[in-house]
Amino acid sequence: MAKGIRDKIAIIGMGCTRFGERWESGAEDLMVESFTECLADAGIERKEIQAAYLGCYNDEVNIGKSAVPLAKTLKLPFIPVTRLENYCATATEAFRAACYAVASGAYDIALALGVEKLKDAGYGGLPGGAGAGVDAFMAGANATAPGAFAQLATAYAAKHGITMEQIKHALAHVSVKSHANGALNKKAHLRKVITEEQVLAAPMIAYPLGLFDCCGVSDGSAAAIVTTTDIARAIKPKEEIISVKSIQIAATSGEESISTNWDGSYFATTRRAAMQAYEEAAIKNPRQEISMMEVHDCFSITEFVTMEDLFISPEGSACDDVLNGLFDLNGGIPCQVDGGLKCFGHPVGASGLRMLYAMYEQLLERVPEERKVHNARLGLTHNLGGRPHQNVAAICIIGRG
Amino acid sequence: MIGIQAFGGYVPRYRLDRQLIYQSMGWMAPGNKAHCRGEKAVAGFDEDSITMAVAASLDAMCNCDRSRIDSLCFASTCLPFKERLNAGIIKTALGLKNEISAADFSSGLRSGTTALLHALDSIKAKRSRSTLLCAADNRLGKPASPQEIIFGDAGAAFLVGDENVVAEFKGSYSTTHDFVDHYRGEFAKYDRQWEDRWIRDVGLTHLIPEAFNGFLQKYGKQISEYNKIVYPCHDRTARKTINNLMGIAPEMEQDNLQERIGDSGSAHALVMLVKALENAVAGERILVLSFGNGCDVLDFEVTFAIEHPSASKHISGWLNDRIELNNYTKYLVWRNILPVEEGLRSEEDLWTRWSLLWRKRNEILALRGTRCKQCGTVQYPPQRVCVNDECGAIDEMEEYGFSDKTGIIASYTGDNLASSFNPPAIYGQIEFEGGGKYMFDFADCELDALSTGMPVKMSFRKKYHDPRRDISGYFWKAVPSKETTTDG
Repeated sequence: MAKGIRDKIAIIGMGCTRFGERWESGAEDLMVESFTECLADAGIERKEIQAAYLGCYNDEVNIGKSAVPLAKTLKLPFIPVTRLENYCATATEAFRAACYAVASGAYDIALALGVEKLKDAGYGGLPGGAGAGVDAFMAGANATAPGAFAQLATAYAAKHGITMEQIKHALAHVSVKSHANGALNKKAHLRKVITEEQVLAAPMIAYPLGLFDCCGVSDGSAAAIVTTTDIARAIKPKEEIISVKSIQIAATSGEESISTNWDGSYFATTRRAAMQAYEEAAIKNPRQEISMMEVHDCFSITEFVTMEDLFISPEGSACDDVLNGLFDLNGGIPCQVDGGLKCFGHPVGASGLRMLYAMYEQLLERVPEERKVHNARLGLTHNLGGRPHQNVAAICIIGRG
Repeated sequence: MIGIQAFGGYVPRYRLDRQLIYQSMGWMAPGNKAHCRGEKAVAGFDEDSITMAVAASLDAMCNCDRSRIDSLCFASTCLPFKERLNAGIIKTALGLKNEISAADFSSGLRSGTTALLHALDSIKAKRSRSTLLCAADNRLGKPASPQEIIFGDAGAAFLVGDENVVAEFKGSYSTTHDFVDHYRGEFAKYDRQWEDRWIRDVGLTHLIPEAFNGFLQKYGKQISEYNKIVYPCHDRTARKTINNLMGIAPEMEQDNLQERIGDSGSAHALVMLVKALENAVAGERILVLSFGNGCDVLDFEVTFAIEHPSASKHISGWLNDRIELNNYTKYLVWRNILPVEEGLRSEEDLWTRWSLLWRKRNEILALRGTRCKQCGTVQYPPQRVCVNDECGAIDEMEEYGFSDKTGIIASYTGDNLASSFNPPAIYGQIEFEGGGKYMFDFADCELDALSTGMPVKMSFRKKYHDPRRDISGYFWKAVPSKETTTDG
């Protein structure tokens, strides 16, 4: 049985742009911005990077296909550069590829960089396109992302016998908490503190999700440089080493969308990826061992059900844990400590690395006191690409030492 | 014995109070007040003559073995395609076999009865053993025109054969005159008509009795030998004159449904015939006449087979299943009369890949999936590898149809972000009785009335419109069942 990559790989540098409606910046500018910070943090020369992996989702209003835009923009000297795309798990895929490239022994130092320029679409929300195939518009439902995810709420309410009002109340807390965290973060897109009343009074986007139940749409880039833990200790002998405990991906087998085994109220992929991630990281009791999380809160309901799918909250009890403040910044397991997708927005190809950046800066205690998670040892990131009935889930766990 | 074996109808769920039209457009044409009694049936934004004909056909065929059907006729003056057999789309949607003849009947407002005569002739000539005939129309009148108020949308369908007939075909008579009361040129969107007094005095009250009398003379019959006289004519004065001239007693006159549906063009005589057959008893004689550049007259005698119970909704079942469209401007938008800003999101190119649609014709147009021969798991869309984790058989599938299956709502939403002509766009996961699930758009429903577990039926609808190529694509939507009032 393969043992995975626990403690074999270390992150020696990370960078993250300010996320937002970066009307002044193209994808090239964003790539340079995250890379510059990342390289300086790693304390190495650009020429020491032996392989690079670009995460970028959207072809339609972005840099197009292939990894050439990254290689060309950063003037990487004819090294292998590869583009990865796997819906919203795209950046985590780029990170995973870099880690595996180093873990395999093929390279000593690799770069993962995610970037997405969404705000040239001309309208709000994610740009359209053939994300689900050339024939997607010919059959099925004319569904948008909020409408697809909103259905988690109707299915969850039916399954657990709770009212939509109760769910809406908990969802409001989810968004209020993330905005409180985002307001403290200079790199966040949305930096306003909001109230539960505002959330509940907001215009309906897709029943039962209102405006504040939906994450922002923004431009951004984030990057990581990884190497082996041994090389990391040699490069940074006096510093804390942040190592990778697990990276796991689970893609749907089609079971949720095609068979009737799935009731529509949870993510089958996240449950599978979580089990695998905890095993790789040797975590027995995630509720006790995980210090903090950045999960895929494209919509408040996504974060809400994910608490159960990560086996943090027992099934049916996410409502209680959310309302009891377990996931607040000062709670037992703070979640979305930087503001999450809710406040950073979701430049698809960058988000997974942005989440890792949030965990990384906390683990290294580089954040101001007001938004610090104390005694953080292990951070979990989670991406959910696609829609509840057919998606890919990605989980990373990183930690000190 | 040749005749009608089964009959079905379709009336769209949405009804527009004619007073609403008048309140908006009466200032322009005060005289239209005379036409404003009752309501008109309005096809949803996702319906056209093809989808209504499919709905009527499904209603007619609900007790029948479809595999016996070897001929298909479709009649409409609103054919969505000028070139591409419209009946071919209906054939695929209904899952009829490939070894079948199919034809579109169009242009004349009596094309519905012409198609029925053709169907009866095919049976008589033994070219066909079982013919499905469907008709539907959704003609447009310009805002402020009488036609806008008078016309309504509906469909009807008949299964015609030579055994187990519920109404035996006894004879027919036709006339043809190039009497141009209504017309549309090659690129016309709206119906045009000549002066209504001329239509009434020279057309309706002259040419209709002429055809009735021609028929009676040909067969040596008296009008009084008939229990029901079916003829579409919305003009009340003309009807009175015709009834007097012909001796049609009030109890013989089949209601023209003007106040509940409106004039449904080439379908209308057939829609009225379906309504007449609903309450018919064995032995009744029904005389049907349609009017459009001349007349067709058809004579039927109802048989004892009419007494067999039927699951069809016919016309009455649909009449009671209604939603008020209490918004005239929404009607204008649905009919693409009033251009609206749909948002940049709607401007993506929806280019039908015909080679792809040909491969997927049964999946998309007939809503066919697969059932695993190894483990019995039902799956949509069609799969090569069984989704059942414990089975996983490869290429062990047989075809499995979903269009006639009932489903329940597993989850749903009302989406204000999605581009739609009837926001919020309502859609959700449907689980089918017998297995299989899929996410469908919902049609003809309101968000507040929905709940998980609610039953749905499938309805063939326009899925998208491609303005660059001026065509629509079709798929199936879920229509939540609605409690309806009784009576017709």
